[in-house]
Amino acid sequence: MQCKSIEILVGLFVSLCITALFFLALQVSNFSDLQDNGSYTVIAHFENTGGLKSKAVVSMAGVPIGRVADISFDPDNYDALVKLRIDARYNKMPSDTSASILTSGLLGDKYIGLTPGGLNEFLQEGDTIELTQSALVLERMISQFLFNSSDKDK
Amino acid sequence: MKLFQTIGQSSLKFLAKLGRSSLFLISILTGLAYTFSRPNLLIKQLYSIGVLTFWLIAISGLFVGMVLGLQGVYTLSTFGAESSLGIMVAASLVRELGPVVSALLFAGRAGSALTAEIGLMKTTEQLSAMEMMAIDPLKYIIAPRFFAGFISLPLLAALFSAVGVLGGYLAGVEILSVDSGSYWSQMQSAIDFHDDIINGIIKSIIFAWLVSWIALFEGYDALPTSAGISRATTRTVVNSAFAILLFDFLLTALMYGES
Repeated sequence: MQCKSIEILVGLFVSLCITALFFLALQVSNFSDLQDNGSYTVIAHFENTGGLKSKAVVSMAGVPIGRVADISFDPDNYDALVKLRIDARYNKMPSDTSASILTSGLLGDKYIGLTPGGLNEFLQEGDTIELTQSALVLERMISQFLFNSSDKDK
Repeated sequence: MKLFQTIGQSSLKFLAKLGRSSLFLISILTGLAYTFSRPNLLIKQLYSIGVLTFWLIAISGLFVGMVLGLQGVYTLSTFGAESSLGIMVAASLVRELGPVVSALLFAGRAGSALTAEIGLMKTTEQLSAMEMMAIDPLKYIIAPRFFAGFISLPLLAALFSAVGVLGGYLAGVEILSVDSGSYWSQMQSAIDFHDDIINGIIKSIIFAWLVSWIALFEGYDALPTSAGISRATTRTVVNSAFAILLFDFLLTALMYGES
């Protein structure tokens, strides 16, 4: 009997701790949106990524539909080559969809916003998004603003 | 001359201890099959190492989480960013505090008990008696305790983090009225399953290995006197704490040092 109660307590202990682990996985982390429905990768060239990081969100209409898989420098065009992995559920993106690098909030993370085009052909695995808009770099905006206002003074 | 002699003596002593403890570890690992073919031994140890530490870990986790919640709101509200409380609580618990604090508590609660138990067995010559009966004490006594510690601590660390997140919720959301939705949703968007949770578990597995190894070795290596046992118990707690904090730094540098 004594031995049995120890077994029951150990069983309770192990199952409670494993419940805690499941709680961490499901409630605390992004495990639930890791479920892979398959995905396809498209490529976009940007003049300036402005601090975009891999794993950043790719969203359309404000809804996350994928993530940035990889960012690298393209030595042929002197621009940044960004690979976007988009969830296979969203496989009807018009092929003239445009991509821009945006910031969530004033100081938030960079993400990629997609704006749908109007063509009836859809983006396939390995396609390139032609229309892109670089990140806004604050220093550049400020210097433009300063130059403009000094021109006006003359 | 005297100085160099002391330095030489202590480094030779240290190396000898390291060698003995490595041999000790190897012979424990060969007891793996023996332990799992006798689950009763393992279950008894899981009870005295894991179950009896359960409440200590659960309650400490709750309070650590609540303190994080209160301090987090206090600091974040200066930036008007109370809604990020969930990220702060969960990231600090899952990455650092969960594995480290539960390992420190485990060393204090279970590690010292293991050392004292093994040390007393050695002092009262129970270990030698077993050898006389052709029972290998390393396999029968030490190995089940080692693997019980190895299994318990990662589970306890997960429990610590989970209870801590709930404690942060209690303090931040229920007492200081941070928005409940943003607490969970910001947490979920920022905590990565692989980068944060799996790395935390890897950390606590390494701490479990360190603490069980140090505790059992100090007990086995203790001078067979009452003063020897008390010194060995102290050494277990001190050396475990030192090893945990050192390895925590190394592991953090390896896991998060790149970005």
